[in-house]
Amino acid sequence: MSNPQEQAVIHVHRDDIGTRMGMWLFLFTELLLFGGLFFLYSVYRFTHQQDFHIAAKELNTLIGTFNTAILLTSSLTMALSIAAIQKRNIKLSMFFQFLTILLALGFMINKYFEWMHHISMGLYPGGDELLSKGPGQILFYGLYYTMTGLHGLHVVIGAIVIGTMTRFTAKGVITPDNYVKLEAAGLYWHLVDIIWIFLFPLFYLIT
Amino acid sequence: MASDASALDQNGHPSYLVNTGKHQGLKAWILSTDHKRIGILYLIALLSFFAVGVTFGFLIRLELLTPGRTIVDAQTYNEFFTLHGVIMIFLFVIPGLPAVFGNFFLPIMIGAKDVAFPRLNLLSWYLYVTGGVLVLLSILLPGGPADTGWTFYIPYSVRTGTNVIFTMFAAFMLGFSSILTGLNFITTIHRLRAPGMGWFKMPLFTWSLYATAWIQVLATPIIGITLLLVIVERVFGVGLFDPALGGDPILFQHLFWIYSHPAVYIMIVPAMGVISEIIPVFAHRTIFGYKFIAFSSIGIALFGSLVWAHHMFAVGMSDTGQFVFSLLTFLVAIPSAIKVFNWTATLYKGSIELEPPMLYALAFIFLFSIGGLTGVIQGALSVDIQITDTSFIVGHFHYVMFGGTGFGIFAALHYWLPKMFGRMYNKKTAKVAFWIIFVGFNTLYFPMFIMGWLGMPRRYYDYLPQFQPYHVISTVGSWILITGMIIMFSNLIKGLRNGPVVTQKNIWGGETLEWTIETPPTHENFDEIPIITGGPYEYKENDEPVLEQEEK
Repeated sequence: MSNPQEQAVIHVHRDDIGTRMGMWLFLFTELLLFGGLFFLYSVYRFTHQQDFHIAAKELNTLIGTFNTAILLTSSLTMALSIAAIQKRNIKLSMFFQFLTILLALGFMINKYFEWMHHISMGLYPGGDELLSKGPGQILFYGLYYTMTGLHGLHVVIGAIVIGTMTRFTAKGVITPDNYVKLEAAGLYWHLVDIIWIFLFPLFYLIT
Repeated sequence: MASDASALDQNGHPSYLVNTGKHQGLKAWILSTDHKRIGILYLIALLSFFAVGVTFGFLIRLELLTPGRTIVDAQTYNEFFTLHGVIMIFLFVIPGLPAVFGNFFLPIMIGAKDVAFPRLNLLSWYLYVTGGVLVLLSILLPGGPADTGWTFYIPYSVRTGTNVIFTMFAAFMLGFSSILTGLNFITTIHRLRAPGMGWFKMPLFTWSLYATAWIQVLATPIIGITLLLVIVERVFGVGLFDPALGGDPILFQHLFWIYSHPAVYIMIVPAMGVISEIIPVFAHRTIFGYKFIAFSSIGIALFGSLVWAHHMFAVGMSDTGQFVFSLLTFLVAIPSAIKVFNWTATLYKGSIELEPPMLYALAFIFLFSIGGLTGVIQGALSVDIQITDTSFIVGHFHYVMFGGTGFGIFAALHYWLPKMFGRMYNKKTAKVAFWIIFVGFNTLYFPMFIMGWLGMPRRYYDYLPQFQPYHVISTVGSWILITGMIIMFSNLIKGLRNGPVVTQKNIWGGETLEWTIETPPTHENFDEIPIITGGPYEYKENDEPVLEQEEK
């Protein structure tokens, strides 16, 4: 079989620029994934303006704003965790990563109560209350649940990814000299943030 | 497979077929992150799914032998053509060349040791296999396989009682796998080219993979989200596309074709890359118009993304929209035609050697031209109304996708398999198989143009008696074609197992980097990363007699 020399040449290939490039390409695909939904949203808002207007009034702008603030802050803590590791302060970096996960959790808890509130009002897919409304309102809530749901899924995935990064930092896989993984996780987290920046006005602010 | 592959190269490195890394046995394959082993994994999975797809195609043709019921009922027939489409498109032609030969040869052709993300590469294989297994599961589970056609058009896809969710989720996973492959290739081409390997020193297959990878990355998410939305609509009753809930089914069609039209370029562009590799080798001439071929790949990727609505001329669209999409459809024919003219110009005054890969490459040009020109016909609005949803479309599609990509894959198999396994197949049998396939192919698909023009609708279970002669010819063609393919594949498999051992580096007199390394390649591909000084197709220090070359 293979000689020991051959085993030894399993090269340690490291290319931070390549890793970042791969991550950016992946983020493009995420943007396009949501792009399909934004496309549907714009067409249906155009064809059902009145219904979208009525339906959007039901959403609580205050909770939405609160969640926006949470998510923006979490982007800050994420960036700070990278800054900390660049300054070789591993403990501080882990603290900020942990804070980011907490904020993500807070966002999801808010989202849970918000969804539950609508569901208790009968405003869920297939619910009698929703089906009694105009087709545009059914579409609005369809898009609302799908888009915030898919976004919420990304928040959860993001939190898990950051949790993994915290583990890596603790185990010394991510170090002040090799933190490209943390950077990539940060990029992903900012994407989650930026998608929310678009969802927030489209559902809560424009009525 | 090749037991002799334990032969070491001059520096004592065993071939990739022998060097197992840290695992043993089967694990050494299914856990390997070596791009060459992953390529082989893809090859095996892909050809297995191809066999299933061919079987369903055979059954469709058999059913259409006579009007009314021949072998199965209408529902089963609908499931047959759906499975045939889904398997052939998502599991065979889309991943075909990039996943098998791209994985194997892209790093070698640019002088790299592996792709940029080897583990991601293995993950995409697992996603691919899972997707394929899901499709096969949908057949076995109660409810039966999807009967919507591979296009999953709304509203039927939310109403049908079949396992359409399985099939759509499978397509979603396959899309994800395709995205990861594309992402990997783009990063590889940007970051891992050998020193001196400038963009215009890359082989044309690499260029075609680069263009394809961008389409994979940018178009596939759209089908991903669209299929997910249909699943969400089915499972939760969320109003998105279903007109009963206020949705617009035509929006589904737009979203579907925004991906699925570029997807046909994902299928054909790598095949064009293969042809651009094979033609100069067997014509013993430098490729004519290298930059034009390279840029026309990019041109196809760009224009191909803007023509999706030509699938929907009969659906209902503004006149302006129809006009614009018709015009763009004509324009996208230009880069394809550039390639065809460049290939024929390369052949001109060449000393052509009709080896098996070359036969398939020449057949590609012929069949792709028929497929392409009938496609231009459909770009004309008035003509398209006449032939929408007829078997003319089926004929066109198969001439491009089978006559094009399919023959491209067959050409690649005959061209590169000896390099990959270090064994040669029987060339004479390969040539006989080629002619049977070529005759069978045309007998099968050409009648579709005629009966489609006369009004035979596609996907119909029953038909008027006046169409029967065409159907009979077509079905007989399918028998000839399958016979040819059986001969071809058994010849290849037999060759790889017991064929004469090939150790010479340059088997065909090729000029690209893969012909400068060991046959079969070592685990690391290159003992030392080569430094590239010449342009593409100028590597001449091979162990084949140096072929005279025309000046550029």
